[in-house]
Amino acid sequence: MSADVELNNVSVTFGSFYAAKSVNVKINGGEFFSFLGPSGCGKTTLLRAISGFQDPSEGSVLIDNKDMFGIGPNKRPTSLIFQNLALFPLMSVSENIAFSLEVRGVSKKDRQKRADELLELIALEGQGEKKVHQLSGGQKQRVAIARALAVEPKVLLLDEPLSALDLKLRQRMRTELREIQKRVNITFIYITHDQGEALTMSDRIAVMNEGEIEQIGPCDEVYNNPLTPFVATFVGENNPLFGKVKEINQNKVRIETPDGDFLSTMNENKKLNIGDEAIAFVRPESLFIPRDGDNFDNQIEVNIESFEFEGNIKNFYATLKSGTRIKFSIPNAIDTSSISSGTKLQLGFESIKSSILPKAQLAID
Amino acid sequence: MGNYLFTQPFFKKNGKAVAIYFLVAIVFWFVFLVIIPQLYMLDLSFRSNVPPLARGGPQDFYTMEHYQHFVFGSKTSLDAFNFVDLGVFGRTILVSIMVTIANLLFCYPIAFYIAKIANPSTARLLIVSLIIPFWINELLRSFALRILFANEGVINNFLTGIGVIDQSILFITYDIGLYTGLVYAYILLMMFPLYNAIESLDINQIEAAKDLGSSSLRTHWRIVIPHAKPGIVSGCTMVFMLTVGALATPVVLSSPNTLWFPQLIYQWFNMNDNWSRGSAYSIILLIISVIFVLAMMRIFKVKIGEIIK
Repeated sequence: MSADVELNNVSVTFGSFYAAKSVNVKINGGEFFSFLGPSGCGKTTLLRAISGFQDPSEGSVLIDNKDMFGIGPNKRPTSLIFQNLALFPLMSVSENIAFSLEVRGVSKKDRQKRADELLELIALEGQGEKKVHQLSGGQKQRVAIARALAVEPKVLLLDEPLSALDLKLRQRMRTELREIQKRVNITFIYITHDQGEALTMSDRIAVMNEGEIEQIGPCDEVYNNPLTPFVATFVGENNPLFGKVKEINQNKVRIETPDGDFLSTMNENKKLNIGDEAIAFVRPESLFIPRDGDNFDNQIEVNIESFEFEGNIKNFYATLKSGTRIKFSIPNAIDTSSISSGTKLQLGFESIKSSILPKAQLAID
Repeated sequence: MGNYLFTQPFFKKNGKAVAIYFLVAIVFWFVFLVIIPQLYMLDLSFRSNVPPLARGGPQDFYTMEHYQHFVFGSKTSLDAFNFVDLGVFGRTILVSIMVTIANLLFCYPIAFYIAKIANPSTARLLIVSLIIPFWINELLRSFALRILFANEGVINNFLTGIGVIDQSILFITYDIGLYTGLVYAYILLMMFPLYNAIESLDINQIEAAKDLGSSSLRTHWRIVIPHAKPGIVSGCTMVFMLTVGALATPVVLSSPNTLWFPQLIYQWFNMNDNWSRGSAYSIILLIISVIFVLAMMRIFKVKIGEIIK
């Protein structure tokens, strides 16, 4: 059983500080939803508002269309997985998993049965008698998930639970979390500052900055059509090209920059007028070295400064003629051995792969 | 030999001067202040009571008479057992246990509040206000309580004054003053181990328990108390040992009809000039304290290292 979670105009204040400001979001039952944002953006505050540790100062939190105001965390159909997991060190793995049943007065036999079921779900059969400290990082992670699932919550809340794991394990846990979510089919609300995590696991994400939601949408939409310069630069990497709007033709906008004019795509929700200060964004992987016969909407001249080898791709750092620095990535499959620092190159990018937005704060400043 | 000693890691780590100081200080403390006096007292407790000049003479022999006296009373007594001393002893133990429990019940909520609920500035204020009264000497604090609890004391005068009672409540006679004084005397030694133990608990543990549906009471029972166990044992043993050996508070606050066991010891040493018997009684008190510590460790399943931590 999954439940809808709705935040209606939720604000949380500490003194005069707004940790969350007029947040509106409707999370559908069974959805894997992520709040993505830098530390201090208010995402943890929202999670605490949903789990019941923090009532909103304004607005309301609805779970299954029921206002949760004043209902404590122990009375809500939610389970929270803490950043440090908060497993109980003095209890065995089984006792940890069955704790929620213990406090509900379930008999020892039934508790053991449920714990065994969950141990199977997380592939830790027969390890229930172990103490928590005897488990590896990934195993602890899974025990925390099992413990949270034991009560059959309608909503599972996860507060950056993967941040303490090493890279390989983190990647595996992403897949595993996603699989568990499909199997138990409940709403997952995930908090993270890691855009890779958010993009790989979520159905939809909400990007947050300074207590407010900047954009909500499916991962590819947020990535491809950012609504604000903050989103454009926080989710994935992006090269900003600052300039003034020169020409508008439906959703195609021509921007005039010190490095030339570029054709870019305007999001339909954003209004730009000729003469407005704007930023055109183009991602490192959308910049190409043209081959014979290629005809890109935009040409850009760069001077290579340095490069780094990342494995599957090679990243190049270059300057434009105005001095603006940009980054572009070429798949390792393409031979780039002739390019080194000092090389002058002509790059190309398509207008459809570039978005133009009114000038505002970037995430990378 | 000297060179061998100075090449030990302990010496290398701390430097010669500091290492020698540590060694001398610890040996002095342990040998001269703990072992020798205790052994001397143990020896004395098995000797007949003779004036110093007769020591080593024919009258100075080993005997069990002081321990026998504690159990069976004087040889001229008609009773089968020394009901008076055994009674004082039993009552002292029993009351000390009650005082320890009262201390624990009283301190746990406050320690929890300071450690986990109060904001930092409130917590500091509370800790300071707990400590300040203890800048005053134990004897003076006991006298202050005596003034409060006396038959014509502050409390009685106030209550009669506002007409709640028309006769003084006999706080001292019924030892209410004594119990209050004993609970108060060593309360910090319960408060701080508890506070330290609870303070080290990750707040997420409490929130996780709550999130999993646990009531506050059960969270304390299953999460906070098991975590604070070493602090509880440490606080209980210290309060018990100091209460059972308290002298100043009972002297000032106990009713004229009752005695506290250390008062008995004091009488043997100072008023009856029987050091041997006083030593025997002291050893009995020491043994009961050790038994209490061992029992607490057994009951709570904690090791000595955890208590000291």
